[in-house]
Amino acid sequence: MIVERNLVGKLAKHIFVYLLLLIFITPFFLIILNSFKTTQQFVTSPFALPASFSLVNYANAFARMSFLSAFANSFIITSISVVLIIVTSAMTAHLLARNSWKVNKVVYAVLVASMIVPFQAVMIPLVSIYGNTLHLMNSKWILIFMYVGFGQAFAMFIFHGFIKGIPLELEETAFIDGCTKMQTFFKVVFPLLSPVVMTVLVLDVLWIWNDYLLPALVLLSPSMRTLPLSTYSFFSSYSVDYAPLMAGLVLTIVPVLVVYVFTQKQIIKGVVQGAIK
Amino acid sequence: MMGSNNRKIRNIGYFLSFAGPSLAAFILVLLAPFVYGVVLTFTNYSPLSESREFVGLRNFAAVFSDAEFIRQFLKTIVYVLYATVLSNVVAFLLAALLTSGIKGENFLRGGFFTPNLIGGIVLGYIWKFIFANVFTQIGQSLQFRPLMTSMLTNPDRAILAMVIVTVWQYAGYLMVIYIAGFVSIPKEIPEAAALDGATGLRKVIKVIIPLMVPSFIICLFISLSRGFMVYDFNLALTNGDPYGSTRLAAMHIYQKAFQANRYATGQAEAIVLFCVVAAVAVTQVVVSKKFEVEA
Repeated sequence: MIVERNLVGKLAKHIFVYLLLLIFITPFFLIILNSFKTTQQFVTSPFALPASFSLVNYANAFARMSFLSAFANSFIITSISVVLIIVTSAMTAHLLARNSWKVNKVVYAVLVASMIVPFQAVMIPLVSIYGNTLHLMNSKWILIFMYVGFGQAFAMFIFHGFIKGIPLELEETAFIDGCTKMQTFFKVVFPLLSPVVMTVLVLDVLWIWNDYLLPALVLLSPSMRTLPLSTYSFFSSYSVDYAPLMAGLVLTIVPVLVVYVFTQKQIIKGVVQGAIK
Repeated sequence: MMGSNNRKIRNIGYFLSFAGPSLAAFILVLLAPFVYGVVLTFTNYSPLSESREFVGLRNFAAVFSDAEFIRQFLKTIVYVLYATVLSNVVAFLLAALLTSGIKGENFLRGGFFTPNLIGGIVLGYIWKFIFANVFTQIGQSLQFRPLMTSMLTNPDRAILAMVIVTVWQYAGYLMVIYIAGFVSIPKEIPEAAALDGATGLRKVIKVIIPLMVPSFIICLFISLSRGFMVYDFNLALTNGDPYGSTRLAAMHIYQKAFQANRYATGQAEAIVLFCVVAAVAVTQVVVSKKFEVEA
């Protein structure tokens, strides 16, 4: 009897959780479903299957969003920013973790404290300095530079904690063998950091790839738009004709989902590690 | 003397070659603008007039006598509280379910996490369509009055729509942190509690929840601080409409600065927001320190 009751309970639990997941991801299905319809069909019956699988909406969205150019911009900005954040912050973290100078303690404290500053608190001065005074806006290099600045504190903090746990002997041996400090770092220490590099990589890619506000303030000309920017301008200039907009959403989501299918474990591990530290 | 000087120069070179690029970017992008921003709040700076006179606390006086800002800041607090409580409850229950020996745990975990892969802009547009077209369609076919008109067009319910979307997104994110918390509980503890006669809800309240306090602190901090800063999906989902009823703090600051060109007042509002987020962060640190001592 008890076994039977457990079995029923277990089955009910499974049905409940899977049903919940289905409801959770229904919005995605509805977007995909409606991306193949005409706007007329879309408005009158959002749940119906499309009359025919036409790709017109996709062609339309692809062209109107300048999808390839926006994708390339997002890709260049995200990848260069993340690589620079990882290398520079790991070097700083190593310096701070291995030398107990007074100045290092101050630098570490300031970096950690800076993590509570919300972006809104520096947004206006940034525009005022880099835009109104120095006229440096509208360049993806300035945007990358800003991401490198904003990404430092968190990445340094994660690397610092990890480096503290690496035994010193390895580095001392390399140093005795005649390596400079720089060589020791890149040949001995950096390869050991790979688990935390994954954590920083995951969190920073998700952040920069999806970020809207900072690029909106920095990148002014349409040809420089990243994917979130081009999605926004597509929607705000095209709001009567719904169907191509749905195709535009699918186009922006699909690349991320494809990457997610292959890297799901690392992504979730990265999120957990980043939060717990 | 010479030796120590040489060593000092070598150390400065070592410091700059390792931390130089990092600190240059950090100072130029975050530290200096932050300090400059604090200075701005005591001036009447605006990009139109280019004047920059010292006005004392006049900007802060303007912030606290601006009824609209106060109302929208209170609205932000209401939104943050609802979103934080609900997304943490849903996340905790999901985590409890997923760690209770369910088949396909990894698949489920990955599925519930999916909304966190997409940015605020896309997220907002997806739900705009769901609220405006899907929910109204369901309401009409069921003749269910509350769903017949879009929640986004009603000033009282639009903020609720924002809470729903936030819970939908954060629940999966916080869930993975709670799962890590559940997994780190040694198996023997719930078993010992069961032997001592603790069952069901009692076991959860007396044994599991105290062990999960570190996870609660992390998750509360994440959802609180993110809630106060929300902007992207606010912009895409409601754009502050209807009648400014969903214009949350970050959007208010953006519009004050870049649409009304009142940089100094906007910056003063931003500093107020900073103080609130900082207070949340400091509380988190203090509470977790206290807990570490007791544990």
